[in-house]
Amino acid sequence: MHFFQFMVQNQSQVLDLTLEHLWLVGISTALAAVVGMPLGIAIARHEGFSKSVLGGANIIQTVPSLALFGFLLPVPWLGTNADRLAILALTLYALLPIIRNTYTGIRGVDPAVVEAGRGMGLTNSQLLFQVQLPLALSVILSGVRTAVVIAVGLATIAAAIGAGGLGEFIFRGLAMVDNSVILAGAIPAAILALVADFVVGWLERRLRPH
Amino acid sequence: MLAVMPASDSGPVVEFRDVSYRVSGTDVLSGFNLQIQRGETLVLLGRSGSGKTTTLKLVNRLLVPSSGEVRVKDVPTTQSDVIRLRRNIGYVIQDVGLFPHFTIERNIGLVPRIEGWRQDRIRARVTELMQLVGLAPEMGSRYPHQLSGGQKQRVGVARALAANPEILLMDEPFGALDPLTRDELQREFLSLQKRLGKTVVFVTHDLREAVRLATRIALMEAGKLVAVLSPEEFLRSNDPWASAYVRAFGDGWSPSTREA
Repeated sequence: MHFFQFMVQNQSQVLDLTLEHLWLVGISTALAAVVGMPLGIAIARHEGFSKSVLGGANIIQTVPSLALFGFLLPVPWLGTNADRLAILALTLYALLPIIRNTYTGIRGVDPAVVEAGRGMGLTNSQLLFQVQLPLALSVILSGVRTAVVIAVGLATIAAAIGAGGLGEFIFRGLAMVDNSVILAGAIPAAILALVADFVVGWLERRLRPH
Repeated sequence: MLAVMPASDSGPVVEFRDVSYRVSGTDVLSGFNLQIQRGETLVLLGRSGSGKTTTLKLVNRLLVPSSGEVRVKDVPTTQSDVIRLRRNIGYVIQDVGLFPHFTIERNIGLVPRIEGWRQDRIRARVTELMQLVGLAPEMGSRYPHQLSGGQKQRVGVARALAANPEILLMDEPFGALDPLTRDELQREFLSLQKRLGKTVVFVTHDLREAVRLATRIALMEAGKLVAVLSPEEFLRSNDPWASAYVRAFGDGWSPSTREA
């Protein structure tokens, strides 16, 4: 059981890399939420922009991750710091599910409810914060959940540009042709993804409107 | 017994002046002139697509006329603060549109709350309204999905009345209810109206409902106002559209169908 041996012998490094991994994922998903939710809200209001914004986010999504890291490497301020670069790339990937779900969530609110609210004299922001966002919240969170799971997987590739995270073990294992080292990166990453999925999924169910 | 109709302040509460409303070149409403008096229940009657709902939405400025003007208490809707305008007009729609994430109490008390009423005043008003529309007090803490269709629409009416608006717009409020519940709510509407004397604009395609509830019936066809008649006049009318309507609803009833 070479794998377990390796894990036990390197437990502090496993822990460090897991935390680093979490940090990359957490920061980038938070950034994506901060940018993506307002964007999703904006395009839900101004339908005309929805195609181009969603299309743009879609295109980013189709760029292979390794290529995106490569593209960003020569960018002056970014290229000098691997963490910055990794966070930016991960943020870009996390945008699509968050924008799209915010948009669909708000659009999916029963039109009768929105019309009643408007007819009663709610202002746009009252309508947004008291009606549309609360009712769209579980859909938005399911977008966040998708974004987190994608980011956990993609963050392993960040090690290729020296940003650390559990990808370190994977790339090291690949170089050493040692499966147990690869697994030392892959298994904690998989567990991380499952746990994140479960936690956000639980939140999503808790916040589902009646 | 007559509805409360104060003689003072005799101008129309809502007035349509040569209003038309166009959507991508098509007239949904054209050459529309109508005055709605204080305390009356004006029923907009017509088939689907005749422009009834459009007419209604022009009053609380959910729509803006393409030409002409709609005046509410002598101010054109386009010149009034739209939020204030709407908060002074109760709005009830067929699909009710209760906020599913709010309790019944919170649904009813929403406008008072955003108007900044004190907590105890809101609570007192909600209790009063629930009693008024015949909802048991224990309903207050329930959520809309736990209510029947009839109960939901009672909440819809209570919510529209919350901030004591002078005008009430009702867009086929009882259209989705079963016949017995509809009958019950119509009866309660009449007694409520007798007590409150609101200016009501009521949309329906149901002639029986119109005859039963209306002070006057405004018949619409293809975006135009065909005739404005009292229910009794309507049933005897020689107007081709009106009599077509009466024929469509069959024989066996007369002005005596009307109560109150």
